Amino acid sequence: MGITGFVALYIFMLAAFTGWVIIGRVPAILHTPLMSGSNFVHGIVVVGGLFALLNASTATEQAIGFLAVLLGAGNAAGGYAVTDRMLAMFQTSGAKPKHAKSGHAKARRPKKV
Amino acid sequence: MLTMIPQLIIGATDLAAAFLFMYGLKRMSSPVTAPSGIFVAGLGMLVAVLASFLYIFGVDAAAKPHLPVNIGLAVVALAIGGGAAWWSGKKVAMTSMPQMVALYNGMGGGAAGAIAAVELFGNKAQGTTQLVVTLIGALIGAVSLSGSLIAWAKLDGVINKPLRVKGQQAFNGFVMLATLAVGSYLAFAAESGANPMIGMTGLICLFFGCALIFGVLMTLPIGGADMPVVISIYNAFTGLAVGLEGFVLQNPALMIAGMVVGAAGMLLTLLMAKAMNRSVSNVLFTNFGAVAKHKQGAIKGSLKPVDAGDAGIFMRYAAKVIIVPGYGLAVAQGQQKLYEFVKLLQAARVSVKFAVHPVAGRMPGQMDVLLAEAGVPYDLIFQLEDINDDFATADVALVIGANDVVNPAARTDKSSPIFGMPILNADQAKKVYVVKRGEGKGYAGIVNALFYGDNCDMVYGDAQAVLVKMIEAVRGLGLSAAA
Repeated sequence: MGITGFVALYIFMLAAFTGWVIIGRVPAILHTPLMSGSNFVHGIVVVGGLFALLNASTATEQAIGFLAVLLGAGNAAGGYAVTDRMLAMFQTSGAKPKHAKSGHAKARRPKKV
Repeated sequence: MLTMIPQLIIGATDLAAAFLFMYGLKRMSSPVTAPSGIFVAGLGMLVAVLASFLYIFGVDAAAKPHLPVNIGLAVVALAIGGGAAWWSGKKVAMTSMPQMVALYNGMGGGAAGAIAAVELFGNKAQGTTQLVVTLIGALIGAVSLSGSLIAWAKLDGVINKPLRVKGQQAFNGFVMLATLAVGSYLAFAAESGANPMIGMTGLICLFFGCALIFGVLMTLPIGGADMPVVISIYNAFTGLAVGLEGFVLQNPALMIAGMVVGAAGMLLTLLMAKAMNRSVSNVLFTNFGAVAKHKQGAIKGSLKPVDAGDAGIFMRYAAKVIIVPGYGLAVAQGQQKLYEFVKLLQAARVSVKFAVHPVAGRMPGQMDVLLAEAGVPYDLIFQLEDINDDFATADVALVIGANDVVNPAARTDKSSPIFGMPILNADQAKKVYVVKRGEGKGYAGIVNALFYGDNCDMVYGDAQAVLVKMIEAVRGLGLSAAA
């Protein structure tokens, strides 16, 4: 590989725009799950931790690499668990059509992917 | 170097992961598709983690003898870290979500910092650019780690009071500069091969120490009410650190995922700060609330406590009630009882709406999540700009555990620290009930003129206990007596 200089900057720029656009369209009601969801996404750092740990050649590197994987895995797993729980609650109450006033609108569950 | 096939598989899975993350986040931007969004993103994470074990085919010669141990360590770390966090994330109460997000976020920052540390200790950086990027990522990751931990401690109640001392900002600035100086010297020493007095190892430790201390100092003076903004900033920080370390490791999936989160977190931070009518730097560097007490104009009137049951019955015979939930509701875990009460009112043909302030609670949208948990349908929940005109025609505004977000001083009192912040106009309702634990002040530490208004009565007590009393009182009337 070899992502250097301007190629890296292009990647960063396009990714930053993507993040900006995705959040810009989110209703305030989803801000907490989304913050939690993006928190989960940067749990991908665990992959970097694995790379560092697998390539460790001294005890120091092993110890710090172990820490990196430990923390990264915590970030990913915890972020997923919390976000999933939050969003599951939206599932039950969220499927109502907008104009339903109260009471008799049945809770229609959206299909799972 | 990696042999051909594993390299291709890793490349393909990383590409897939980057796509799934962005597609998942996109799906999370609508309530209907949101639950599937996190599933899609989770799938991306799973394949990326599994594929990363293929790195074993391409480890450096120096690391070869350690490989079995390293693989064992990796599996153990994944199991412990992932298992513990999964368990705690599933078990924690919904009201504790904000601090859990802060905690997991800090872990991500710590992981990014640790990766940088491995690179630095192993002196693996190739060229000045990589070295500098490693250091910047390390700095941001470490600040995010210690800052998030302080945010967690504050939200969890381990640290109660914002810690403020004189000259704090100057001192924080000094620590920041010291960190940067150590980092620069570190880069210089590593490049030129100079041998610093305390040795390379000592210098690296000093650098991380300074960065961690700066994160702590930066977060300590910030008050609880500003924590949503702070968590959001650290979320963006961690994303940025992950992206930078991704560049160092030449891993595009990390670069993209990290930068997407970094940008998204920044925008979210700006949106939240805007909702409070303050700039981000104002949140971070102003000792909010410390200036307030003396300057405040005298407030006329007195606090008028009423019985919870009486307030409940009054609302039962009102035509239009708007409920303003706040952090107090979350603390008391009163959301289920609240909706039970609302259903009683609805059965008596009272029109009930919820008004949610953008920064109510300790995270943006925390109230929406709580109400959703209790089963409150979306169409009853309104955001500030959609409902604020309705207060003037409402018979009752029921404020539960909210304070600063309904303080009219934000509209009228120029000396107030929250002046200019958009608030919910609860004071314009014909009658206002405020459910509160005691006569304490809000997180901004200022007196709320709303509570002293002629149209306002106070209902003291734990939100859940108060709601139980209201429910009992309204039930006592019998539903058949609907007007």
